Amino acid sequence: MSADFLYGIEVLINGLMAGVLYALVALGFVLIFKASGIFNYAQGVMALFAALTLVGVMEGQIPFSHLINAIFGTDLHYFGWTVPALLAILVTLAVMVLFAWVVHTFVFRHLVGQEPIILFMATIGLAYFLEGVGDLMWGSDIKTLDIGLPQGGSMFVEDLTVGLGGEDFYGFFIDKLDMVATVVAAVLVIALIAFAQYTKQGRAMRAVADDHQAALSVGISLNFIWVLVWSLAGLVALVAGVMWGAKSGVQFSLSLIALKALPVLMLGGFTSIPGAIVGGLIIGVGEKLFEYSIGPLIGGATETWFAYVLALIFLVFRPQGLFGEKIIERV
Amino acid sequence: MKDTVEPYVTQDGRAIGGMLMHLRGITLRFGGVEAIKNISFDIRQGEIRAIIGPNGAGKSSMLNVISGFYNPQEGEVWFRGERRPPMKPYQVARQGVARTFQNIALFEGMSVLDNIMTGRLTQMKAGMLAQALWMGRAEREEIEHRAHVERIIDFLEIQSIRKTPVSRLPYGLKKRVELARALAAEPDLLLLDEPMAGMNVEEKEDMSRFILDVNDEFGTTIALIEHDMGVVMDLSDRVVVMDYGRKIGDGTPAEVRNNQEVIDAYLGVAHD
Repeated sequence: MSADFLYGIEVLINGLMAGVLYALVALGFVLIFKASGIFNYAQGVMALFAALTLVGVMEGQIPFSHLINAIFGTDLHYFGWTVPALLAILVTLAVMVLFAWVVHTFVFRHLVGQEPIILFMATIGLAYFLEGVGDLMWGSDIKTLDIGLPQGGSMFVEDLTVGLGGEDFYGFFIDKLDMVATVVAAVLVIALIAFAQYTKQGRAMRAVADDHQAALSVGISLNFIWVLVWSLAGLVALVAGVMWGAKSGVQFSLSLIALKALPVLMLGGFTSIPGAIVGGLIIGVGEKLFEYSIGPLIGGATETWFAYVLALIFLVFRPQGLFGEKIIERV
Repeated sequence: MKDTVEPYVTQDGRAIGGMLMHLRGITLRFGGVEAIKNISFDIRQGEIRAIIGPNGAGKSSMLNVISGFYNPQEGEVWFRGERRPPMKPYQVARQGVARTFQNIALFEGMSVLDNIMTGRLTQMKAGMLAQALWMGRAEREEIEHRAHVERIIDFLEIQSIRKTPVSRLPYGLKKRVELARALAAEPDLLLLDEPMAGMNVEEKEDMSRFILDVNDEFGTTIALIEHDMGVVMDLSDRVVVMDYGRKIGDGTPAEVRNNQEVIDAYLGVAHD
């Protein structure tokens, strides 16, 4: 096999792995949108906030320490202990659930039945508010997130594949972190689908997504389901935040990954979990392959815009997305 | 306050028990419009109670008060001998009141079986963690619920469409699936909002038969709204007649049929 072809395959594999992370972020959007019709602009900031909280808890940082120091003239920064990664993840999860409850109880509960644009505006406000809270709680410096995930290229894969090509082929370069992220994301997605399909709360969640009135009539509390859905979105945000944070450090630009989820949603449809996954993979593979094959011809840096152009093309020919339901209005 | 009524046995041998629900002086307003004006009536254990009246009489509003979708500004709802505080619809459902809707509210994206399973939600006990981990108790429960749902599916003769997505069903069958979902909750009180609206004669006969069978087989108390007078007179034990938000008649079908005010309301005599 020619080295060019093999490198193409390597690009494809790396694209799939990047796509998994896109899918993960998009999934958070889909969960909330399906159940409550809210397009949650704050999903990216939630991922950032989760990652910040995780680092802060692990390093024993005192929350709001800047604020406390400014008011009381103290000089506190750290508790002086470190927390094991697993425990810190559980604490962060609890924080995300609390956040879900707060957001629902103090904001969206009062906006039930409002126009989608109003709900959307509320999430924009929420995004900036949460970014500010994250800054105030944990500080604005870039942090490294190390929960013991493997980093760097996998020698195992390289050794395994080096024999495929000729002299000038050194085997596939695949980042170990990407491999872990792929496995974690796959497990999370399977778990979410199983939860939605086979559990009481999952069934109730699907019921609420389908018809509010009917859901009420079979004894489902809408408020409970909405808090649950925001919590699940918080869980997804935590996983996405950990993976992106481990890859490129926990910094405030992390919240911009939400923008990468938009074209994924255009492709997959806003209401489909499989759509979010397939859409994420298509975008991931598409932008890597495009950059590899066409990029050099037109000056490169195509990854910044390719996803949006692809989404635009999709909007023209299939506005409901790949898996979204086509809306047919009877006249 | 205690409600005492004598139990009795109907001509066709069904036992009618004590008071299940008692509505006292219910008044419901939407802004300045009074949809229901000071209405009182009761529903007794095991009976089929109809609410009839011309369009806009306030029948659906009445049903929505009973099921908690509307909370009346005045009046009391007594259920199983206790005064019911203002409640959310899901709380009312958990108390054992199931309902169907005039314009069918099914989960269109789910299969018939899944739709009916949602009716079991109020009966499910296993905790969220056990459910998520699919542990013994949750599994046993799921199997029990499935068995119960299958019985209802047999009872309503919808075996052949069990796996069909609801969105593909014709209107008449959708109505039947909605009834199945309500029944799955094993309700003490079943509310049917125009169960036969828009059906042809054959479908109406089927539905009438199912309503009678449900009442007979499970002893479920049923309150229903219906336009078709013939059907109402055949089905129900007692009838409440409403017109312009007021109660103008209450009694057995025979009594109501001979009530002058009811006849006027239906024939459209001018109001003064």
